[in-house]
Amino acid sequence: MTGESAGADMIGGSAEADMAGESAAADLQASADIRLLDGAFCVGEALDGFAVTHPQAGGIASFTGKVRPGEGLEALELSHYGPLTLPGMEALAADTLARWTLDGLLIWHRTGLMRPGEPIVLVAAAARHRRDAFLAADFAMDHLKSDAWFWKREQRADGWHWIEPREQDHADLARWRTGD
Amino acid sequence: MITLLFLGRLADLAGTAERQVPAPLDWPGLLAMLDPALAAEAAGDRVRLAVNGAVLADKSTLQVADGAEIALLPPVSGG
Repeated sequence: MTGESAGADMIGGSAEADMAGESAAADLQASADIRLLDGAFCVGEALDGFAVTHPQAGGIASFTGKVRPGEGLEALELSHYGPLTLPGMEALAADTLARWTLDGLLIWHRTGLMRPGEPIVLVAAAARHRRDAFLAADFAMDHLKSDAWFWKREQRADGWHWIEPREQDHADLARWRTGD
Repeated sequence: MITLLFLGRLADLAGTAERQVPAPLDWPGLLAMLDPALAAEAAGDRVRLAVNGAVLADKSTLQVADGAEIALLPPVSGG
């Protein structure tokens, strides 16, 4: 269920117009929760907190990426580069907030060693209308997958293997470039 | 000295994640510091360079002085 209704649409229209004068920087501070985490996190608690922070949202779309169990996978390790990775995630958040009308955006990404089934990434977008929320989460995920400063390797019985984005990941990313 | 950081699979190729080399350093000088296999990889289109946390648009313009940190960045994969 979402909070969308014809009445909410009309109220939202006037509220958005009133807020148009706020600076973009202040908007990013107020609405983005961007974290690089070196330990496990609880997706449910993160989403509960996000929903409480954005009570005015008509809906929240989220995506949780997990270490995919099976295929002999024993562990996954993500490394990052401090000067680039979090600033890059913050720039992605600013870009996402600029493209869609959102009440809030959450991007949490793990680094370090993870086991099958553990969450790697959580993206959540809160918006007055569902389409903005779905698209914003999709956009952010496609960019995290193949255009963010992370390096991933998988451990199997025969050792560690570095993982590079698949062709599909690049194609997913290219979808967003046509409108630029 | 200059710090070289090898990210992702480049650390495996280099046999280390971090190495100190003498200053100053330019692009041909950096390539000369690396083993042939790693130099060939670094010279490829898919490896980017960051100097003190800023990605270079063109690797061949590399020109760094004492105290700099150069990161060699192979193709990324997150999510």
